[in-house]
Amino acid sequence: MDRSLRRRRITDRITIGLFLLPALALFGLLVITPILLAGYTSLFRWNGFGGLPTDFVGLDNFVRLLDDPIFLGDLRRGATLLVLSVTVQLPLALGLALLLNQKLRGRALYRLLFFAPYVLSEVITAVLFTMVFSPNRGLANQLLTVVGLGHLSSTWLSDPSTVLYSVFLVMTWKYFGFHLILLLAGRQNIPKELHEAAATDGAGGWQTFRHITLPLLAPTIRISLFLAVIGTIQLFDLVWVLTGGGPLHASETMAVTMFQYGFQRFEVGYASAISITMFLISLFFAVLYQRFVLRRDLEGAMTNMGAQR
Amino acid sequence: MTTPIHLTRRSLLGLAGLGVGAVALGGCGDSEGDSSAIDWWHIHNTDPMLPVWAAFAEEFKAENPGTSINITPLENEAYKARLTTVTQAGNPPDIYHTWGGGVLGQQIDAGLCQDITDAVAPWRDILTPAATLPYEIDGKLYGVPFDIGMIGFWYNKALFSDAGVDTPPTTWAEYLEVVRRLKDAGVTPIALAGGEKWPGHYYWAYLAMRIGGIEALTQAGEDNNFTTPTFIDAGRRLAELAALEPFQPGFLGASYGSPDGQGAAMGNGQAAMELMGQWAPTVQADASGVDGGIGDDLGFFPFPAVEGGRGLVTDAFGGGGGFAIGREAPPAAIRFLEFVSQVDKQRRAVATGALLPVTIGAEDAIEDPNLALVADTLAQATGFQLYLDQAYAPAVGQEVNDRVAELIAGTATPEQVADSVTTVAQR
Repeated sequence: MDRSLRRRRITDRITIGLFLLPALALFGLLVITPILLAGYTSLFRWNGFGGLPTDFVGLDNFVRLLDDPIFLGDLRRGATLLVLSVTVQLPLALGLALLLNQKLRGRALYRLLFFAPYVLSEVITAVLFTMVFSPNRGLANQLLTVVGLGHLSSTWLSDPSTVLYSVFLVMTWKYFGFHLILLLAGRQNIPKELHEAAATDGAGGWQTFRHITLPLLAPTIRISLFLAVIGTIQLFDLVWVLTGGGPLHASETMAVTMFQYGFQRFEVGYASAISITMFLISLFFAVLYQRFVLRRDLEGAMTNMGAQR
Repeated sequence: MTTPIHLTRRSLLGLAGLGVGAVALGGCGDSEGDSSAIDWWHIHNTDPMLPVWAAFAEEFKAENPGTSINITPLENEAYKARLTTVTQAGNPPDIYHTWGGGVLGQQIDAGLCQDITDAVAPWRDILTPAATLPYEIDGKLYGVPFDIGMIGFWYNKALFSDAGVDTPPTTWAEYLEVVRRLKDAGVTPIALAGGEKWPGHYYWAYLAMRIGGIEALTQAGEDNNFTTPTFIDAGRRLAELAALEPFQPGFLGASYGSPDGQGAAMGNGQAAMELMGQWAPTVQADASGVDGGIGDDLGFFPFPAVEGGRGLVTDAFGGGGGFAIGREAPPAAIRFLEFVSQVDKQRRAVATGALLPVTIGAEDAIEDPNLALVADTLAQATGFQLYLDQAYAPAVGQEVNDRVAELIAGTATPEQVADSVTTVAQR
């Protein structure tokens, strides 16, 4: 009995291994290998040409990062976008999600409309908004003039002091629909009875929101927040097409800086150091967030060998 | 239980056999291809040059049976990115586009392209000597040009005369005066694509050339020192120009070729001049959507001299396009370059208006009077300097572009520009 059980366990393991193999091979080849390779090249001064790098410089590239005003600026700009996402974009999505959960005429149409920007590709969105924000004949300035706010018209993407906010505007337009749908789905999962019971007990709108909707929506909000943060850290295509990181680096993100060093300055070693740093920041955040914020939501969904033993 | 295993093993063996066969066949194909298959990457992915190159390839194949040419046309920026990845793998195409200078230098150091000095020597005299300069490194030739051009001021004659300027300026002081007059007349004097940075570096480079002469730029590249008085002075004079606020609104984020960019501003008649290369008239018309741009109102004048400077007003700053030969390219690749360099081929390419001739005797194929003027100026040039973002190593070139953009925006001083370019050059 014991032997046959052991044998079954072994065959089980083999089966699991066989099923995992293709995925593991792909993951190893396309995810792990590039990360290791980037980690290796980040230790060299290398222009990317001809075979493997030879000019070993240790951690010099990383030391240089800490002293690079553009990279430090990237971190600051990333943090600004992050704070704006959390304080503007998510509440907006939450508000609209709750609104669209009400019974109102044309609800499905609104949902479709609000989600539509997310379906567009980043590049198309960016091209569209370069036209909207065009200083001479863009829609934004014309609209402002029409409604009598002509004095507010601006050069939007061409002014280092406004460009980051303009980029954030586009980001919000592009992504709030995604968060809206997530939150809407979360809201619909809250049983009606709870709200009915609260209404029976005489709870007002705010009280219901504060003590029922919000706590029960919290897992979705936490996921939404997580995705927003990771998305902001990796922000590239939208910015690249919209502004190229300019003017004067005022809208540059880490990924844009990495691309410029890698493919325009041919400092592949340094670019690798940037990519590794980005990876570490993402990893650090993801691990901490999962450990401390998503812990309750992920219970049972993640292996926790320690607890089982 | 045994049967399926047996079957599997046999089919596996069969598959393995097939695989070996395929590899063998593939090997045959490869070894055969080595002598005659040419991989060719160029950056003319649109009309008018795309069909011209394709036709040349067909004609070459007809004259050389057994040769095949695989053409990969790529858009400019996409080309740079893809070439980087294939060269990183150590496997460049047999014929590939090059701008010469620093990037080509890095490719040579990595042994990715061939020294073609001797192979080209028998027919090199059909080429304009200035045109091969960007591809000559340490006295050896690594590329064959197909296009050459120069940067100069393209201006709107009508707007100039509205502002009471009848003749283009020939000195920097006169130039600043023209800018002031245009501003007083309510005209945007200069269109500039500040968002793309490279158009701004033309001013800095030309000023340095006029002040210190081409030798000063070559010397700076060799010494990795840009803190010399030449570059500081060039920076000061450019800052002087920027202080007049001569550029169109929103120029800091403007692009070059978009419908709202530098070229379009010229094509629409919204700005009086731009400092740009021989392709400017085409882009002005395309980007503005105005057929023919500003037409006969368009004029060209060379970058003005700087009072007391060592550089001549006839020294030209520019660049072109050429083809380099990948390290494993068959000899037929060089024969193909000889083929397309012949005067009859050059005349056909030049007649499209997209290229300026590099072969002696093809000049008369230029139809546009402005382009003829550029070609003429170039033919009489007393010296030639390649674009700085091409001439120097890419990191240095990009730093020049980056920091000069800050100088124009007023956020960096001439000294800071010189210092940081030097820092990158010495890294």
